[in-house]
Amino acid sequence: MSITMLAPTGVLLASGGGEGFEPPGPQDFWQPLIGSGTWAFTRPMLLWIISVVALSWWFIATTRKAAIVPGKGQFLTEMFYNTTRNGIARDMIGSKEFLKYVPFLFSLFAILLVNNLFGVIPPFQFPTISRIGFPIALTAIVYVIYHYIGIKKHGLRGYFGSFVPSGLPAWIVPMVLVLETFSFFVTRPLTLAMRIFGNMLAGHMLLLVFITGGEYMLLHGGIGLKVISVPTFLLAFIMTVFEALIEVVQAYIFTLLAASYIATSLADEH
Amino acid sequence: MHALASVPALAPASDMANASPILPAWGELIVGFVFFGIFYWAVKKYVVPNLEKAYADRTAAIEGGMHKAEEAQQEAQAALEQYQAQLAEARSEAARIREEAREQGANILTEMRAQAQTEATRITESAKKQIEAERQQAIVSLRGEVGRISTDLASRIVGESLHDEARQKGIVDRFLAELESGDVKPEAVGAVPAEES
Repeated sequence: MSITMLAPTGVLLASGGGEGFEPPGPQDFWQPLIGSGTWAFTRPMLLWIISVVALSWWFIATTRKAAIVPGKGQFLTEMFYNTTRNGIARDMIGSKEFLKYVPFLFSLFAILLVNNLFGVIPPFQFPTISRIGFPIALTAIVYVIYHYIGIKKHGLRGYFGSFVPSGLPAWIVPMVLVLETFSFFVTRPLTLAMRIFGNMLAGHMLLLVFITGGEYMLLHGGIGLKVISVPTFLLAFIMTVFEALIEVVQAYIFTLLAASYIATSLADEH
Repeated sequence: MHALASVPALAPASDMANASPILPAWGELIVGFVFFGIFYWAVKKYVVPNLEKAYADRTAAIEGGMHKAEEAQQEAQAALEQYQAQLAEARSEAARIREEAREQGANILTEMRAQAQTEATRITESAKKQIEAERQQAIVSLRGEVGRISTDLASRIVGESLHDEARQKGIVDRFLAELESGDVKPEAVGAVPAEES
């Protein structure tokens, strides 16, 4: 909330003072390209579509004639595919049933990774996931999938029953059931969407602060500020590298958690 | 960056810009859904099956290769065993033949020796017989000769006519028989005519 409160202040500062530094805020992430309002075609939408087209093209092109001895393209795709298939899906879900969920987890990881990395790759330079609509869309899909699997496997009663570990004292069961139900239906999706969204928004805003701040100091500041802008840009560079790392990690965590939720729904005992 | 450029012109869209960042813009939410769906469909339909097929083929190829290698090894092992068996057989066969040959050789040798022995005996025997025969012959002829010579001598000494008389009376034969039996006593030459007359 405090972030959103800051935004109007920034606008006021910019419009009122004219000379003052206008710090970047969440409002900078609303970038409509065509139209306005909630149905406007925005920059993250364009990036999202570009990523889907580019990824589909790449993956289909490199695997259309998938051979026993892979070429360079197939080899790269396989490396990434193996990370998801073996490193995430098989390890989390277990070798018996994981193959069914590989396409979903693979799509998830690929699209998140590319869209996160758009945050630091010119000319895209915008993390799509910093717009909450996209993580909500993905989280909703994960949410539906793991509940569907759980109910299909255990039945509705059995699914709720599986929330509670066996062997607990009777008086503690209702409390655990309430807590776990809350966790399964509220905490999990909320944290899943918010974690990646918050990381992308805050990380990108941090970069904006360093870059726009450094730029402002260099262009409008006195001699002292001009000198300080040099380490600011240096820090912006370091932060960009750091941000790239976080983007990869967050994409991985999102996929890993999705796999883990699917795995718990599939598990025989909680 | 973008922020500096766009802020003055933000006024018309400020509803969305100033909305809470955790409230989704519906357009973005739906685009997120739809295009993820498209991507998922592409991956599920075209990418994963191809990759999994390649993996399965690879596994099969490796396993097939290993199986083939195993078979080849077994074949080689079998061939080796067969060769060894044949070799052992050949060796025992050779030993048997050698043994046989040695036995045969020994037999032949013994036989030959026996044959030679017989032959030698036979030759010796026949030689002896021949010698005996020749001796007899020699004796016979010698006897006649000696008788004739003796008679000649005696007739020369005694006189011409003694020949016929001596033959008639078998004197010579008797004399020779005596000579053989060793009955002859040395006598003075002069005594014989005296005794005979």
